[in-house]
Amino acid sequence: MITAGTHDSLLDEITGPTPGQMLRKRVFGHQGLLIGAVVLIILTIIAILAPWIAPHDPYAQSLMTRMEPPVFMGGTWEHPLGTDHLGRDYLSRLIYGARISLLIGAVAALISGVIGTAMGIAAGYFGGKVDAVVTFLINVRLAMPVVLVALAVVAILGGSLQVVIMVLGLLLWDRFAVVMRASTMQVRRREYVAAAQVIGASTPRILLSEIMPNIANNLIVVVTLEMAHAILLEAALSFLGLGVQPPTPSWGLMVSEGKNMMLFEPWLVLIPGAVLFVLVLAINLMGDGLRDVTAPENRS
Amino acid sequence: MTEPLLSVRNLRLDIPTGSGTLHAVRGIDFDLNRGETLCIVGESGSGKSLTSLALMGLLGKSIKRNADRMTFDGTELTTASQGQMRKLRGARMAMIFQEPMTSLNPAYTIGDQLAEALLLHRKVSRQQARARAIELLEKVGITAAESRLSQYPHQLSGGLRQRVMIAMALMCEPELIIADEPTTALDVTIQAQILRLLHDLGREMNMAVILITHDLGVVARVADKVAVMYAGELVETGPVGDIFGAPSHPYTRGLLRCIPLPGKTDRGAKLGTIPGIVPSLVGEVEGCVFRTRCPYAVAECRGEIPKREDGSHAFRCIFPDGKRHSEKELTV
Amino acid sequence: MLQFILKRLGLALLVAFTVSFISFSLLFLSGDPAAALAGETASGEDIEALRRLYGFDRPMLVQYGEWLFSALQGDFGESYYFRLPVASLIADRLSVTMTLGVCGIIFALLTAVPLGVIAAIRPNSIIDRVALFISVAGQAMPSFWFGLILIVVFAIQLGWLPPSGTETWRHFILPTIVLGYYAMPAIMRLTRAGMLDVLNSDYIRTARAKGANETRVLFRHALRNAIIPVVSLAAVQMGFMLGGSIVVESIFALHGAGYLAWESIARNDLPTVQALILIFSMFYIVFTFLADVLNAWLDPRMRSS
Repeated sequence: MITAGTHDSLLDEITGPTPGQMLRKRVFGHQGLLIGAVVLIILTIIAILAPWIAPHDPYAQSLMTRMEPPVFMGGTWEHPLGTDHLGRDYLSRLIYGARISLLIGAVAALISGVIGTAMGIAAGYFGGKVDAVVTFLINVRLAMPVVLVALAVVAILGGSLQVVIMVLGLLLWDRFAVVMRASTMQVRRREYVAAAQVIGASTPRILLSEIMPNIANNLIVVVTLEMAHAILLEAALSFLGLGVQPPTPSWGLMVSEGKNMMLFEPWLVLIPGAVLFVLVLAINLMGDGLRDVTAPENRS
Repeated sequence: MTEPLLSVRNLRLDIPTGSGTLHAVRGIDFDLNRGETLCIVGESGSGKSLTSLALMGLLGKSIKRNADRMTFDGTELTTASQGQMRKLRGARMAMIFQEPMTSLNPAYTIGDQLAEALLLHRKVSRQQARARAIELLEKVGITAAESRLSQYPHQLSGGLRQRVMIAMALMCEPELIIADEPTTALDVTIQAQILRLLHDLGREMNMAVILITHDLGVVARVADKVAVMYAGELVETGPVGDIFGAPSHPYTRGLLRCIPLPGKTDRGAKLGTIPGIVPSLVGEVEGCVFRTRCPYAVAECRGEIPKREDGSHAFRCIFPDGKRHSEKELTV
Repeated sequence: MLQFILKRLGLALLVAFTVSFISFSLLFLSGDPAAALAGETASGEDIEALRRLYGFDRPMLVQYGEWLFSALQGDFGESYYFRLPVASLIADRLSVTMTLGVCGIIFALLTAVPLGVIAAIRPNSIIDRVALFISVAGQAMPSFWFGLILIVVFAIQLGWLPPSGTETWRHFILPTIVLGYYAMPAIMRLTRAGMLDVLNSDYIRTARAKGANETRVLFRHALRNAIIPVVSLAAVQMGFMLGGSIVVESIFALHGAGYLAWESIARNDLPTVQALILIFSMFYIVFTFLADVLNAWLDPRMRSS
């Protein structure tokens, strides 16, 4: 940086990089965050452009070309990743499956995020009885076995995409509430909140302009982690046959359908599972990375 | 004169950072005899604590330690193995830390932690260790010592915990005790008691004491020798009388003007401040480190600074008398 | 301490009561349980008959009260499918799930704690990176997929272990790994973070200043403190794992409570599903309660206050 003694001006040491520059440096210096973000962006683009880039109709069955192997196992470029037991193009189903996973992850995280954040902020800001009630509700929610309850409700209401999203959205708010409650409690004690209260700012105004901006970094981290959680849960529900219903191309369902042929055609199981693993890994890496670069100890 | 208990020559501590090497401590020399109290004074961040941790061999792995010599009773500490250092630590050289609230292990009782200090070094029974713990707790002025043994750290106040820390340091009757700002975390009323206790115990047991502090009032009362540290260097060292009576380095005089001393500071006189900030120690450090804040700084201060010695009193300044009798200073 | 336990127990009971109400009312979501039970082809008369038979014609709160009253006495009604008392049906299946849960948590602890400790001692070393990789991968691993891969590799290709069933201890190895790996990342991360935190603490420096050797510093001084939150996390994870064993049990055809839950949901066997949701919740509540008590007992600061 600078060698003390060459000149006595301390200006350069006092005017260091701006917070924005430092954040950028940390973001681009964080391998996990970069890898996760790039993979997630690529998969999102693939999902959005599915109708234009998928080589075949994901629902089109063809009894003549059933269970063709992928090219790297002796198949043809007509079906790069082979076909399933109904002769549907595996690559096209995977591409459309990305839509299902990302849609469920994003919307479920949005729903649970709204519920959990509202509860957490209310509990953290108002404390007292509000906090006691919210804490109690969090305890109740944590006590309910997620997979079991989700399965049971989906079974009763029928396995459609909307039902799966709603059920997951209504079940996964606990971590939002826990984290937002703790963050709000921390921020609430700071001087600028007291200052805003002193000058007579209204409660909604304090919540929006003083509390929210200061807990937003934690919120983003939880959004990513819960999105990953929702995607994994949807896949598990669909795998168990009580999530998204056939013939919708869900990755969990594809693993389930491939399971019976696993002995002879293991790629039917390996490919969709691996894609699911990569997507969830990317989201988690991004979440962990965001937590690292926005952690308070990094901000001095 | 006999061989000093502790002798340090040209101790250097370097910390690699993202933007270059931080030369945290640069070329420190001092000697300490048995029964003597050395006070190291200086601002926060001047390298006092790092120096004491370096003596104990307790620096973090990332900090590089170099010295021409660092001997404890004839043992060279820079080349001592981990095993040799462990045999010295706690047994012959002990340390009392700045933070009594967090320096005791929350999971064990006071008695366990006191006894451990003895059991690690001496072949004694638990019973004997316990008896020694009670004896020392009483010595450091803790009442109902026996009942304290079964208490946990969180049940004691900060002042009591620091007394426990002192008792723990004394368990093996060490020859050297290093106290790193042992009272900064405590109430003012407790501070005086703890320092007096440490001083008296040092005399009574003929221990060498290194007391790190930024409280010059304390220094005046307990020190035999004083070392003034600034930005990783000892700018002035000497007997307590010389430092307070004839401070030579401009920084030492600046420090002394910051505190009122009975009989030395005129009633109604303004207390001094030292303007400016400590320079960065990252990268090559040349010349006098104090020149960015020194009222007498001249161009030559960027060059080599001579060490001026007069018996046991030494300081580093480009001016032979450190501008002790400057006009400028008298008008401050 | 006693006051803390009593307070915590009261809360646990209140949570249990609320959960029981929710798990009961969940099954009224469809609007008409009788119609759902009778199936799509049933006639109006059949549905009406079923409704009277199971008492669905009465107000929901009355039904809940009756159900809770019998449940408290260990009577969860009769399974629609098996025509057997639900309580004995579940009791038969629970041992498999418990065995799996206990093995899973032991596997998770035995791998996560040493790995977390080593990672904390040597941050940024190869071992730390490997540990981080294992935990990040574990969090992203769909357990049903991981289970299937293990079956293909170890049961089919190598033939070392049986692919499914519960006959011998060897049948439990693969399910234990899958379920344990699910709980492992969180435990490892907490161990690593806790150890890092503790190793940087002042009292560790004090221990070194006393002349304690590194083994003693690590195990007696550091781990003893870092393990406290890990113990309670493990208990909570155990509660989660029992609820999550449904996926593992279905892959490995382990006929435990999770498998029963899956079958019962698919068969619209409402009394069994209600009872299972309640029982899994109770496990979670009991484990978190035990975790809190254990935590309080391990931490002297909690014990004496």
